[in-house]
Amino acid sequence: MLQPNSPEENAPYLYATRKAVYPKAVNGPFRRLKWGIMIVTLAIYYVTPWLRWDRGAYAPDQAVLVDMAHRRFYMFAIEIWPHEFYYVAGLLVMAGIGLFLVTSAVGRAWCGYACPQTVWTDLFQHVERWIDGDRNAQIRLDKAPWGPAKVARRLSKWVIWLVIAVSTGGAWIFYFADAPTLARDFLTGQALAIAYSTVGVLTATTFIFGGFMREQVCIYMCPWPRIQTAMLDEKSLLVTYKDWRGEPRTHGLKKLADDGVLKTGDCIDCLQCVSVCPTGIDIREGPQIGCITCALCIDACDTVMAQIGKPRGLIDYCTLDDADIEKAGGQSAPLLKTIFRPRTLIYFGLWSSIGVAMLFALGQRTRLDLNVQHDRNPVFVQLSDGSIRNNYMVKVRNMETRPRDVELLITGLPGAVVWTADTDRVDGRSTVDLRVAPDSITKVLLFVAAPAKGEEHTEFAITVKAKSGQEKGDSDEVVFERPEGSDHHEGDDE
Amino acid sequence: MAKNDNDIGPRVDAPTGTEFVGHEWDGIEELNTPLPRWWLLTFYACIVWAIGYTIMYPAWPMLSGATTGVTGWTSRGQFEAEMKAQAAKRAPLLAAIAATPIEALPTKPNLMSAAVEGGKAAFKVNCVQCHGSGAAGSKGYPNLNDDDWLWGGDMAALDYTITHGIRNPDHAETRASQMPAFDGVLTPAEIAAVVAHVRTISGQRKASAVSQQGAALFATNCAVCHGPDGKGGRAVGAPNLTDGIWLYGGDADTITQTIRMSRQGVMPRWGHKLNATTIKMLAAYVHSLGGGEATPAPQKVAVSNAPTK
Repeated sequence: MLQPNSPEENAPYLYATRKAVYPKAVNGPFRRLKWGIMIVTLAIYYVTPWLRWDRGAYAPDQAVLVDMAHRRFYMFAIEIWPHEFYYVAGLLVMAGIGLFLVTSAVGRAWCGYACPQTVWTDLFQHVERWIDGDRNAQIRLDKAPWGPAKVARRLSKWVIWLVIAVSTGGAWIFYFADAPTLARDFLTGQALAIAYSTVGVLTATTFIFGGFMREQVCIYMCPWPRIQTAMLDEKSLLVTYKDWRGEPRTHGLKKLADDGVLKTGDCIDCLQCVSVCPTGIDIREGPQIGCITCALCIDACDTVMAQIGKPRGLIDYCTLDDADIEKAGGQSAPLLKTIFRPRTLIYFGLWSSIGVAMLFALGQRTRLDLNVQHDRNPVFVQLSDGSIRNNYMVKVRNMETRPRDVELLITGLPGAVVWTADTDRVDGRSTVDLRVAPDSITKVLLFVAAPAKGEEHTEFAITVKAKSGQEKGDSDEVVFERPEGSDHHEGDDE
Repeated sequence: MAKNDNDIGPRVDAPTGTEFVGHEWDGIEELNTPLPRWWLLTFYACIVWAIGYTIMYPAWPMLSGATTGVTGWTSRGQFEAEMKAQAAKRAPLLAAIAATPIEALPTKPNLMSAAVEGGKAAFKVNCVQCHGSGAAGSKGYPNLNDDDWLWGGDMAALDYTITHGIRNPDHAETRASQMPAFDGVLTPAEIAAVVAHVRTISGQRKASAVSQQGAALFATNCAVCHGPDGKGGRAVGAPNLTDGIWLYGGDADTITQTIRMSRQGVMPRWGHKLNATTIKMLAAYVHSLGGGEATPAPQKVAVSNAPTK
């Protein structure tokens, strides 16, 4: 594709070879925060499918379950049917606005702490340090010729990576079926092919993305850094090298600096910030797309500053506005004032009002739903006693996990009689009792007969009500059709 | 055309190192950029795959049909295999329906609903030509949705009608009856009087002197099959003349035509064309349309023998 076929020196070459990154271990408050977030997020991911939630005899007891086969989505006390999928859409909208909120308040915190790519890459790098040693040992081992020791280390590293990758891919499928059953079936080779292929694909992506592609995923594949960068403004927190304090660097100039011959900054050019960076950038070059704001360079720099007796925060979270103020010698705004400003408050208002609206809708939603379709073929039937019958396909959706006795009744159609294939036609009866199965749709053909004299199109209502009385029911407006000219007697020709 | 002056060889574009093709439009020249290797490899792979495909599958047109391919695959064969697999899937259900007496079918909801669905499919193929896609019929073809049955509307009666048909002259067990044509037997005035009577008992007009005269004629000529009160009789398929349903029409002209010329509706029998299970399912479907009747108690059968002549 890209052939270096130019005879000229300055021809543009569009491919940048990856520079290997060997991030050095570091300790500090941000590193500990990352540990905490990694443990919490991984625990949520691995443990959630195994949580149980009692829903009675007619529904699965898995707390979080996306049941594709039966088209149900369970999340603790909430059960969502396909026609209620807008709740999931609402959650996705909330997730989107939530990211806007987080990004405008604290910058690329998602990238730095919570993104799966970051979390799993971090985990894989810990494994790498455990097997190969820290940064310098890794560089040495990479340069060393292949021998038994190197092969052993590489193999053991890849095996551990693979175990993590398999369990990552493996955990995913438990969200889509009963976890204990699926685990047993999976290990005995009886699970569906889709389960194995899903685990296979996710194992491969975890192994390759976490083990080998790492920061390249963030820099080249992921659209999110571009989107987030566009959402940042002058008041968003960025990991910033305070060049007005650090420059000029004193690398090799310590003596002159100590003697006061040269004016120097606090940066001693120790390159710790570069060597701990998981994406291999130099933060001192300013804000850049490769910075995922994981803040490990802050930890590294603070350690060095403590050692040389300088105040912490040469590299620190800082907004562009504050940078200007500090550069001019002023005092930067307090952190809370940076975070609580109109933009973040509007995002938060939007985010929380969608959440409240959804909670309200969730509390108000009916668990007994009616869907009526007028039978159009034929539109009406002449009965022998002179009356007219219309047929309606009625679907009663019982969204509770227990069987229920309901009543179908019609209102607004004078003289109407209602019956079904299972009940008899009794004059004057305009209701039908029905037992609906738990968590399912019951279909019944409703026969409605009414006197022939009347309007050609009569609107009336079919209502479903629970026999127990308390719960909300549902009602549908439908039309009763009569033959043309039925509002006067057809054969009255004498 | 910008041609090479000295014909030393192809000219090369300096920045890219690629040869020119030699085409030039207003100073814009075309480069002979080679195809990317991945594209070429994909292309060759497609050729190899295509050769293999034409060997494995039907491909080359010959004088009579195409080559069959070594796998022997055909779309028709695949279709038949899929149909066979579906039939195998349905087999236990059909066997259960076949083993259930037709009167007992409504007591087994899962079998009944399967039979109704199966009957619906068979109806669409065999019955809609006359009875219509919604089974609503038309003039001369009964509406199967209503509650009026000439020969009975319970499951067993429907099954019998479908199996043996109506007025099949070559079949002994067919449902048969004949309404005589009264043209010439009764005078036009007498026929008009009978029409007046029939329209009176069906509630379409008030009684009058003419209808009184028709009532007497009805008692001697019509009551034998239609009953003294005109309510008909299922043993001979005589329609009920007092209800709101008319197979051919309830207006005076149509009734006059019916009495003068008679009506001889024919329904083909299906016993020799469809298997017993399919007919059972058709009966279940027709029964489910809203007018299906419960299977009568045994003594009720004896009553229907009475007006036979």
